[in-house]
Amino acid sequence: MTFGEQTERELAEILTRYPDKRSALLPSLHLVQREQGYLSPAAMEEVARRLSLQPVEVLEVATFYTWFNLKPVGKHRLQVCHNLSCTLVGAERIIGTLKEELHIGENETTPDGLFTLQRVECLASCGTAPMMQVNEDYYENLTPEKARALLQQWRAAANGG
Amino acid sequence: MPTYEKILLKKMEQPGYTGTLPEYLAAGGYEAVRSVLGKVPPAEVIERVKRSGLRGRGGAGFPTGLKWGFVPKDAGVPKYLLCNADESEPGTFKDRQLIERDPHQLLEGMILAAYAIGCHHSYIYVRGELVYGATVLARALAEARAEGFIGKNPLGSGYDLEITLHRGAGAYICGEETALIESLEGKKGLPRIRPPFPAVKGLYQCPTVVNNVETLCNLPHILTRGPDWYASIGTEKSKGTRIFSVSGHVNKPGNYELPLTVTLRELLTENAGGVSGGRALKAVIPGGCSAPVLTPQHLDVGMDFESLAAAGSMGGSGGVIVMAEGSCMVKVGEVVARFFHHESCGQCTQCREGTAWLHKVLARIERGGGRREDLALLLDVCDNMIGKTICVLSDAAALPVASYVRYFRDEFEAHVRERRCPLAA
Repeated sequence: MTFGEQTERELAEILTRYPDKRSALLPSLHLVQREQGYLSPAAMEEVARRLSLQPVEVLEVATFYTWFNLKPVGKHRLQVCHNLSCTLVGAERIIGTLKEELHIGENETTPDGLFTLQRVECLASCGTAPMMQVNEDYYENLTPEKARALLQQWRAAANGG
Repeated sequence: MPTYEKILLKKMEQPGYTGTLPEYLAAGGYEAVRSVLGKVPPAEVIERVKRSGLRGRGGAGFPTGLKWGFVPKDAGVPKYLLCNADESEPGTFKDRQLIERDPHQLLEGMILAAYAIGCHHSYIYVRGELVYGATVLARALAEARAEGFIGKNPLGSGYDLEITLHRGAGAYICGEETALIESLEGKKGLPRIRPPFPAVKGLYQCPTVVNNVETLCNLPHILTRGPDWYASIGTEKSKGTRIFSVSGHVNKPGNYELPLTVTLRELLTENAGGVSGGRALKAVIPGGCSAPVLTPQHLDVGMDFESLAAAGSMGGSGGVIVMAEGSCMVKVGEVVARFFHHESCGQCTQCREGTAWLHKVLARIERGGGRREDLALLLDVCDNMIGKTICVLSDAAALPVASYVRYFRDEFEAHVRERRCPLAA
C-alpha cells in the first residue's frame, strides 16, 4: 500500500529523525490521518509493516490517543471542550446548541457527512472559553449564536454557497 | 497597584511583535546562546542555573539545576533534552502562549539546556491538538537552522545540536515525564516505575532531562542577566516569576506573569479584574485541576510553592480557576473526576478503579441519586488512591475530590438529602 506523494516524502523524512524507528509511529499516524481522515485497518497494518511492528502494537497506540479517528468522521469534526473552566462559562450550552442544530448526539455524524460532534478535555484555551476545536483549528470565545453562525457558514460552503 | 517587570512575556507584549527570528534578535534574543555555547563550560552553566533557584514550571516545581546535575557526566551513550510542551492540566494555557507568540525564546532555552547536559539531539513533545503551535515551532526551527543557531557547529561553537518537533496525539498522561518518554518511543503513554529516574535511564534507556516550556524559557534570561538577578525575585525558596493562567468566573481571564511573592488576592483583584458578574468568590483552584481547592479564607496566601502547600493545596501548573457564588461544588467535583477517569492510563488498579468510582459516585450524587454512605465511600476511595501508584495521576484525582468534600460538605449532604442540587433554579 502506498500513500500520497507528500505523505510518502514526509514519512521518509521522519525516519531520519529518530535512532529507533518505532518513535516514528505517532508522526506516521498523524500523516496518514491527515491524508485519509482516519486510520483504517489497512493503513495501520501498512504502518506496522514499515516500522517492523505487530499490527496490534499500532492498534493499541491508535486507540490510546484521542486525536486519532478509527473510523471516518464528518468533514467538520467538532471537538467541544467540556472541562472545568469551559463548563463554568457555558460549555454545556454550546454542546446543547450544537446537538439541537445538528440533531445528533455525541460521537455521532450527521447523515450528510458534514459534522461529527465530540466532547473533549482541556485544550489549553481556558482564558478564551468556551471553545471548540474543529479539525485542526481552534474556535474560541464561543456563544450559542457564534456556534450557529459557524455551522451555517460550513453548510453554505458545502452547498457551494 | 504595583507593576512588575515581565521577563517571559516581555518581548511578545511589545506592539506588533510576531515572534519571527529577526524580531527576536532585534529585541536582544540569542545573546545567551552566543555568550555561552562553546565558551562557558557546561558544568558552569549547571551551577548558574542551580544558583538561580529556578524550579520546574510544569507542575512539580523540582529544582531545575538539581535535575540537570543527576545526568551522569560520561555516560558513553547519547543524552536527551526533551521539552515538555504537552500542556494539558485543566486551567493552564501559559505554555501555549509562549510557544505561539515567542517560539525563539523557547528554542534558545532548549539550546542552553541541551548544551548544559551534553545533549546533541533534542525533541519538543508538543500536544497533538496544538496544531497552530506546532506550525509556529516548525517555522521557528527552520529559521534557527537557516541562521546557524542549530545544526552542525552552530555559531562556530563546535557543539552540534539537532532539534526535532514531535507531536503527541491527545493524552493528558503524556505530560508525565516517563509517559512522555514512552510516547516518544512510539508506545502508549504508560508511566514507568522509578527508580531508575529519567536522568539516568530515560529515552531509549539513555540519560534524559524533561523540562517544561516555561522552565526552559527562563534560561536565556538567567544566563544573560545572571543567576543572582533571578534569585533576587520571588521568595526564599520560590525564585523568579511565574505565568499564572487565570480562568473561570473572572472579568479578565488570561495569562499573568508575576513574581512569586504575589498573593492570590493580588492576582485575582489587581490583575484578573476580580470575580465576574459582581458576585462573591466561592472557591478557587490555584494550580490546575490536580490542586486541592481553596476558599475565600485563603485569599491572602502567597502564590509560591511553599505557601500553597502549607495551605493544603499546591502551586502545580499555575492554572488558577475561579468559581463564584452560585457554582455547584458537587458539579465541579464531578467534572474534575470525569476528567481524571478519562485520562487514567489504566496501569494501576487503585487509579483505574478509583478514578472510575470517584466519577461514578460524584455523578450519582450530582444528579440526585446520592446515598447516605456515599461521602464516606468517596473519602475511603480517595484514601486508597494516594501514594500507592506508579505515577501521581491517582493522587491528582483523589486529593482535589477530598478537598471538595472537606470544604463543601454541607453542599454534598444537601444533594444527598434533597436528591437534587439545592442551587438549581
